[in-house]
Amino acid sequence: MRIFDPHIHMTSRTTDDYEAMHAAGVRAIVEPAFWLGQPRTSVDSFVDYFDGLLGWERFRAAQFGIVHHCTIALNPKEANDPRCVGVLDLLPRYLAKDGVVAVGEVGFDSMTEAEETAFVRQLELAGEHGLPAMVHTPHRDKLAGTKRTLELMAQVGLPAGHMLVDHLNEVTVDLVDDAGAWMGFSIYPDTKMDPHRMVAILERRGLDRVLVNSAADWGRSDPLLTLRTGEAMLAAGFSDDDVDRVLWRNPVEFYGQSGRLLLDDDGTAVVQPTDTFEGNSILRGERA
Amino acid sequence: MNEQLLGEWETEVEADATRVRTRFPAAAREIGRSPATTDPGAERVEDDVRGRLLEALARGADGATVDREVHDLYRFGDADERRAVLRGLHRVEPAPAEGWAADLVHDALRTNDPRLVAAALGPYGAAVLDDDAWRQAVLKCLFVGVPVDLVHGLDARVDDRLLTMIASYADERRAAGREVPADAERLLATTDTTTQPGQER
Repeated sequence: MRIFDPHIHMTSRTTDDYEAMHAAGVRAIVEPAFWLGQPRTSVDSFVDYFDGLLGWERFRAAQFGIVHHCTIALNPKEANDPRCVGVLDLLPRYLAKDGVVAVGEVGFDSMTEAEETAFVRQLELAGEHGLPAMVHTPHRDKLAGTKRTLELMAQVGLPAGHMLVDHLNEVTVDLVDDAGAWMGFSIYPDTKMDPHRMVAILERRGLDRVLVNSAADWGRSDPLLTLRTGEAMLAAGFSDDDVDRVLWRNPVEFYGQSGRLLLDDDGTAVVQPTDTFEGNSILRGERA
Repeated sequence: MNEQLLGEWETEVEADATRVRTRFPAAAREIGRSPATTDPGAERVEDDVRGRLLEALARGADGATVDREVHDLYRFGDADERRAVLRGLHRVEPAPAEGWAADLVHDALRTNDPRLVAAALGPYGAAVLDDDAWRQAVLKCLFVGVPVDLVHGLDARVDDRLLTMIASYADERRAAGREVPADAERLLATTDTTTQPGQER
């Protein structure tokens, strides 16, 4: 089973996770820019974070045979802090870079005016840079947030096929499906979705435009729940090809619209890993 | 390499300096790139493409604008973009001011990234570093594995002070039972050591 995890925050994970992911078949990932748990207080913190996603984390993943991509954005939660909003002016520089495969995570947290302003601006930026948009839906009032998300997509004129609406569940999936956008499902140990509920949705509406992710981050989460979902699909009677479609070909198709995936057609890395990043290795001990 | 598109981008950047902010990072993907390599001295298509964008920037904008835009390209650049900035500094004509980008050279030399260290020691870096800093940089090449052939104007600038530093480094390696880099051996063996410290050859 080859796996492309379309949403995982590796900055918060260990090298043990990278090892286990590779052993499970994970060969490519997308790490969306998001909130770090501890709020940022300045634009410079974002710049260092973006540079880390493009530099150190890509290097770290490569050491474990995993191709790392990212999405870049001002996340909804921090869109509410005026000290952070200036990062919007810097985004065009980052959206022009290789390996940046979407604008994201954008969307709503508390459905404030500031969130909507940043969201709309970033949907426009996606259009200007020929990138898809990757949208977080809120934990609270999810249905209303999802509806408003789809209204804004139409208002800005972003094609539905360029929009991924993530963290969906049984209540929100049909709205997004009917709008023609891509549907993301985060499989979590306790909250959001679990592998069996995911399989039930796939059985009901098919495999088109569905992405399954672990969304693993600094909270309680599990980077192998993509694999578990693949196993649950097989146990429910889906074929190996069905699993490959959901766990590999669908994310390649969605993010491939950016023209910036660092993968060859056969799924191997275009950019070969180097031994060190800025002279630093993740291996301990002195180099020869 | 997409020469026609590059021509359009050069015209665009010459007319509006801010366009370099998004054209420079996208240059490898949109115009052309060489196959990936870990060789810090490789001549790469994307470096030359980005060098031409720097030339276009310098043709179109005033010195203060050029200075600001080039510094920002480095500040917000990934390792490939930074390398291209460093390798292209001597192509920025006219230079905004004397020593205008020396801080970028020093920043690159503080990293341990062979790609950046090598790029910092091109024609611009060689011209802007004083003798002390330049000798330290050559020694750093031996430490991080940058071939000293990549140091611009090396043979003309080697002096006894540098050779003493290299000899001392080689002694330290031998005392520790470790290998002396071939470049260090070569410099010590092939260079005439009769010149006085600091003297140009």
